[in-house]
Amino acid sequence: MRSDLTRFPFVKSLLKNRWPQFLVWFVMLAGFLFAILSGFFGTPVGNRNFGIVFVWIAWWAVLILVAVPFFGRGWCSVCPIPLPGEWLQRGAIMNPPGKKPRWFNLRWPNKLRNIWLQNLTFTLVALFSSVILTTPKVTSIVLAAMLFLAIGMSIVFERRTFCRYLCPVGGFIGLYAQAAPMELRVKNKQVCLACKDKPCYNGSEAGYGCPWDVFPGGLTKNTYCGLCMECLRTCPYDNISVNTRPFSADLSKPSGRMDEAFKAFIMLGAAMIYAGVLLGPWGKIKLAAYSVGSLSWFGYTAVFLAFIFGLLPALFLGAVGIGKVLTKSTLALKQSFTAFATAIVPLGLMFWVAFSLSFVLTNAAYIFSSLSDPFGWGWDLFGTAAISWQPYLTSLLLPLQTGVLVGGLLWTARTTQKVGSKVNISPIPVIIFSTVVTLTMLGLLL
Amino acid sequence: MSKKQWFFAIFVVLAGMVIVFAPLPVHATAPTQRTFRVEASQYTYSPAILKVNPGDIISIELISTDVVHGLYVDEYGISVTADPGQTARLTFTADKPGSFRFRCNVTCGALHPFMIGKLQVGPNTWLWRASGLTVLAALAILILRPSPPKAQVT
Ligand code: SF4
Ligand code: SF4
Ligand SMILES: [Cu+2]
Repeated sequence: MRSDLTRFPFVKSLLKNRWPQFLVWFVMLAGFLFAILSGFFGTPVGNRNFGIVFVWIAWWAVLILVAVPFFGRGWCSVCPIPLPGEWLQRGAIMNPPGKKPRWFNLRWPNKLRNIWLQNLTFTLVALFSSVILTTPKVTSIVLAAMLFLAIGMSIVFERRTFCRYLCPVGGFIGLYAQAAPMELRVKNKQVCLACKDKPCYNGSEAGYGCPWDVFPGGLTKNTYCGLCMECLRTCPYDNISVNTRPFSADLSKPSGRMDEAFKAFIMLGAAMIYAGVLLGPWGKIKLAAYSVGSLSWFGYTAVFLAFIFGLLPALFLGAVGIGKVLTKSTLALKQSFTAFATAIVPLGLMFWVAFSLSFVLTNAAYIFSSLSDPFGWGWDLFGTAAISWQPYLTSLLLPLQTGVLVGGLLWTARTTQKVGSKVNISPIPVIIFSTVVTLTMLGLLL
Repeated sequence: MSKKQWFFAIFVVLAGMVIVFAPLPVHATAPTQRTFRVEASQYTYSPAILKVNPGDIISIELISTDVVHGLYVDEYGISVTADPGQTARLTFTADKPGSFRFRCNVTCGALHPFMIGKLQVGPNTWLWRASGLTVLAALAILILRPSPPKAQVT
């Protein structure tokens, strides 16, 4: 079922050589800086501003509809945000200049070696999203803050601490990367056992030690491997492979971690709230979400947090509990909860795809106009500035969204059964839970 | 999968096709002329949900209470723009049944891309079909369990 792509010499040299990746990085970094500039100096009208349109419509579409479902953390391997910091940290852009660390090179505190901080940063971005998504200056401030935070953390801490523990996007990409049909793994664990220096983790002349603080020999799921390809460069035994594999391969290993379980609920719940607030016909709720600091915004915030951190996990916990009673399971409730939470990962991903399809297709027309007139100053660089707004393919939207959501439910239900037979707990109540949230999502979108 | 499971799977697919494609009895209501007075303001329509019957002749009087707003109806592909304080009128025959979003098509401020309302022509059949499909999918999975069911003690 797995097929190693690095057995093709062309693919291998494409991934191993630093130049192709650098060229993509260069374009990404240039686009990223341009997006920040356009937010600060261009028009304040969101849908006419390059930053907003290219980040929240174009980039978001590619990320959630293609990159994450098919390539997992593929985006992380070309993401521009950590680059300046990483280059500074290494004192080099290409090959390692020497092993001596240049800066403080501290280890990230043990207490924070989990994704709770990422859960927090994502929740914050989601809470302010109505403003961030629509106001160029705010988008630029958020992007610049991420850039500078990443630089600061690269100087103080070792490796890519920002990516692993703080980036609001990295958290959910990691979660959903488990479902992707792609992985980086070692070919033979025995070779790693016998390998003395472990250059993939410690670095060598050929490349840097794993920037994501992962030991490739121990990889069992995609969540924390950033697909940066350093280990492909450093392993002296040619023991690294990049495989295609069946979808959702990692989900057969249920997670035992509460931070990862909550990531799944935060994503599932946020997709539902976005669908209702942004795409629904309820203007008062939109205004409440937008009017940060007002009384109605606090109300919105309370409902948002209660739904994501209270209602959804509580209902789910109830379902898991009923399943335990049905099968007289003695497994601790906490373990049962985290194990089954792994199963709703595909459903959450498909909720995001369904939401984004509508959001992206109805706003894609702005990509053409802002490409030619990125600052909203009346330019017409490519002759597309005058292309007027109109939603695309709306007749396909309902069948597509239905297919995606029903497919997501099937996928999650099947995964739930697998988890159920692993932990010996009836999966039926959890499948009913997933069915009810899917029906709710349908009601919000259709 | 066993032979029995194959039969069951085929049955489920057929049932799904019925749910999606089965023609529904049409309650022929005599088309009437309906007029809606819709107030547009940043970033909402009031009323935001319009329910009509298929074949009705719809007339929307769009009144803007702040800046220039528009109203574009998905799928129908028709639109109208209202200057503040002036009434603009959009008349059309609701000849496509289903549930459609209508949206502002004049950039009117930050939340403009999310200024959205709903036009429902007849019952929201698609939602019912999709819900039926969802329940069918869940039932099918519950009945078509993984074979053989592996029991592991942990
Ligand atoms: S360098 Fe290669 S062989 Fe050695 S531990 Fe790392 S992946 Fe395994
Ligand atoms: S060095 Fe290897 S294991 Fe570490 S993030 Fe990069 S690709 Fe993944
Ligand atoms: Cu408007």
